[in-house]
Amino acid sequence: MAAASRPLATPAPVAEPAVRRVRQALSRDDLLMRAGLGLLALWLALTVVLPLRALLEKAFEGPDGNFVGLANFETYLASPALSTSLTNSLLIASLSTVICVALAFGYAWALGRTCMPAKRLFEAIAAVPILAPSLLPAIALVYLFGNQGFARWALFGHSIYGPIGIVIGEVFWTFPHALIIVTTALSTADARLYEAAASLKASRARIFWTVTLPGARYGLVSASFVVFTLVITDFGVPKVIGGSFDVLAVDVYKQVVGQQNFRMGAVIGLVLLVPALLSFAVDRFARRRQSALLTSRAVPLEPKPDPLVDRIALLFCSLVAVAILVILGTAIFASFATFWPYDLRPSFKNYDFDNMDGGGWESYRNSLEMAGLTALFGTVIVFTGAWLVEKTRRFEAVRGIVQLTALLPLAIPGLVMGLGYIFFFVEPDNPFHFLYGSMAILVICTIAHFYSVAHLTAVTALKQLDPEFESVSASLKVPLWRTFLKVTVPVCLPAILAIALYFFVNAMTTVSAVVFLYSPRTQLASIAVLNMDDAGDIAPAAAMAVLIFATSATVRLLYGLATRRLLARTQAWRRR
Amino acid sequence: MVEALRRQERAAELSPAATGAVDAAPPHLRIRGLTKRFGKFTALDRIDLEVRRGEFVAFLGPSGCGKTTLLRAICGLDPPSEGTVEQDGCDVTALPVSARDFGIVFQSYALFPNLTIRANVGYGLAATGRPKAEIARRVDELLELVGLADQADKYPAQLSGGQQQRVALARALALRPGLLLLDEPLSALDARVRARLRGEIRDLQRRLGITTIMVTHDQEEALTMADRIVVMNRGRIEQVGTPDEVYARPATAFVADFIGKMNFLPGRLLAPDRVEVEGAELLFEPPLDFGPGALVTVCLRPEDVVVREVDRRPANRLTAEVGVMEFIGNHFQTTLHVPGTGLDISADLSINAVRDLGIRPGRTIPICLPPDRLRVFPEPPRPS
Repeated sequence: MAAASRPLATPAPVAEPAVRRVRQALSRDDLLMRAGLGLLALWLALTVVLPLRALLEKAFEGPDGNFVGLANFETYLASPALSTSLTNSLLIASLSTVICVALAFGYAWALGRTCMPAKRLFEAIAAVPILAPSLLPAIALVYLFGNQGFARWALFGHSIYGPIGIVIGEVFWTFPHALIIVTTALSTADARLYEAAASLKASRARIFWTVTLPGARYGLVSASFVVFTLVITDFGVPKVIGGSFDVLAVDVYKQVVGQQNFRMGAVIGLVLLVPALLSFAVDRFARRRQSALLTSRAVPLEPKPDPLVDRIALLFCSLVAVAILVILGTAIFASFATFWPYDLRPSFKNYDFDNMDGGGWESYRNSLEMAGLTALFGTVIVFTGAWLVEKTRRFEAVRGIVQLTALLPLAIPGLVMGLGYIFFFVEPDNPFHFLYGSMAILVICTIAHFYSVAHLTAVTALKQLDPEFESVSASLKVPLWRTFLKVTVPVCLPAILAIALYFFVNAMTTVSAVVFLYSPRTQLASIAVLNMDDAGDIAPAAAMAVLIFATSATVRLLYGLATRRLLARTQAWRRR
Repeated sequence: MVEALRRQERAAELSPAATGAVDAAPPHLRIRGLTKRFGKFTALDRIDLEVRRGEFVAFLGPSGCGKTTLLRAICGLDPPSEGTVEQDGCDVTALPVSARDFGIVFQSYALFPNLTIRANVGYGLAATGRPKAEIARRVDELLELVGLADQADKYPAQLSGGQQQRVALARALALRPGLLLLDEPLSALDARVRARLRGEIRDLQRRLGITTIMVTHDQEEALTMADRIVVMNRGRIEQVGTPDEVYARPATAFVADFIGKMNFLPGRLLAPDRVEVEGAELLFEPPLDFGPGALVTVCLRPEDVVVREVDRRPANRLTAEVGVMEFIGNHFQTTLHVPGTGLDISADLSINAVRDLGIRPGRTIPICLPPDRLRVFPEPPRPS
């Protein structure tokens, strides 16, 4: 009966042939993509893994280059000055984290959960610090609360040079980073939970403690660790305003640049790596949990007007926004003041960089060149790389390694990265030694330093595409690179521009990694700020910091206009 | 590889004409011992199947049964772990996707959102380096074929779901493939559009005479569209047959359950053609030789319960009490209980019969369970 109803089903062969494992032949696409992935792996090995290895080796090396185990670490711990820095760093980072995350949570909550006016404006103001080097708030604080600061009375006799100044500066600088994470966490709320709570007659306060806060807790954990890492590894703020209050990041700089003690620099660098790695792990974990909270059936929450709450939110956000604008405004004002605080008439005297130490206008041009090249090459490498990782068929081992290595820079502080680069490229035996002191090494290091976030942005954009584009393409016998150029790149253009902007702004403002790598020919603007401040030329330092901010802001605006026009012109397909 | 391509081109040219001589021709597709493992999980277990040239075959089964895996193994998107796939007599098992001869339509359609309908349909043609005029002609022809000639310069997002589906179909047909694969092509559409497209796709397939495999979990879709249905469950083929065969003569209890509605009754074999069900003795045909006492499952479709002219039927006459009657629109879904036994049967009674015979809840009526309509399977029913 069964046989009758399947006339064409072949009966099982009597003599079954030896089972043959199927190995699909590789197409030209497969070969090309694997070769590309191989190149990418090589690139990441050269620009991320090997410099890091060089740093590790250095930390365990004696004066004559032999392996000495933990001897360097013992020396480090025995030195009281250095271990004081460790305590100081932990204190500063903890304080800054608590204040920054609390402020960011309030701000994000006001933006997402109330009906206060001018939300767009507050969003724009909150993004300001990301466009400036961390040196800018520090310099502004000197003008505000320093020995000749016009608001010195507000500190009641305390000095801004030290923990107070560092914490304020760090909170300013890390605020947008925390805000982005907390905003995301709060935006994943499910309105149905709030409706259920309200229908059970829970008070507003109870809803806040039992629904809002638990819903955002992974975001808060994630933001805390990110801020903690940023603060503990930042050396811009404490360098300018730390006074005699030593922290780890400044120690690395002093050991390497001041005392040429590379081994001790490497040891402190490794110590800095610990909180960064920890934060990386926690952040990964927290993000995974956060995304699981929001199911596809969730209903987005629409805030309802409440005059009292909206007014309190407005007041709170205004205070934070004013603080940000005052710090930025002070830096701008000071940069134009002829001779602070005696002659406040505006002039361009402080912008006459060519007649000052620190590299002059040349350093600004270098920065533009460096940022431009980083944006160009970084975007091409990151996006193509992310595409290769996502779309190469099988080849799991290499894809896994590349994916992991691409995320590694997220856990490496800029200072540590920069140190690794010195150790790796300074070796005369290294075939890439010729890069040492060139513009190329600055570009390469900056791309590597900011690789992870750009990579994640690209991966997110690619994951939103239909996974069968490549299958369709192959079935139509169209080479994959053609589909990459004709479909993938155009469709992902907004993400690609965002990556380019991210690279550009960070390359303009970064100090930490490149501070060890620049040469007299490749002096950068952000480093000029540092050096001019070091030399006591605070006003010109402020001027250069303002110039960097203005450049980033301009590029950010251009990006906004460009994407709008580009979307209008080339993305006609998005309209229905 | 070049040789294989050339052969496929020739086959592609031949296939529309080859519809007439179905049985004489060798199968278009021959699958032997196809196995697919993901780690320890076996998604496909030694699948053997042949598909004739010009035939429309549907892979039908619940989600996770391996039907999409089988489709992707056939075309090389996810190559199998073991086994062989022969297309037009040559072994294509290990060929990369781009060296094969098939067009595919995905559930999501995977239309390129930034390209016009024209560019989407001509996407594969443009890469062949043919002259622009020839490509344009072919694209027009294809758009005409799927009835979208006036939409050529729109973007996919500007079309309805059904139109997008047809664009995907036109794109898949552009290179005149010998084999058309449809992966749940209609499941993203609403019911009305789906019903209309079923007919359209079926007509198009007949006209082009292209060998077609469609994956679906919708039995109605499979029954109305396919020449033959491959019913799959847990990585194995349960039955291969025409829609009529799998509906009327399901080969296994799974098929009986999956396709259409079915009464499942636990039984014990008394003789090769006699079974005891919940205290009632029933005859069935054709006879089985499991030996008396064997536990079996007796299946009966609700629409096969006879209530008219029962006295003219000699076998399996019973008296039943009418329980709940649910009005479904074109029939009554009725529960029947046979007094003195544990027999409860669900029956679909026509409005006519209910009216003519005055059937009402609580009444006792004579019924017949025709022996040739009873399907007996050698396994006890699953607890439900």
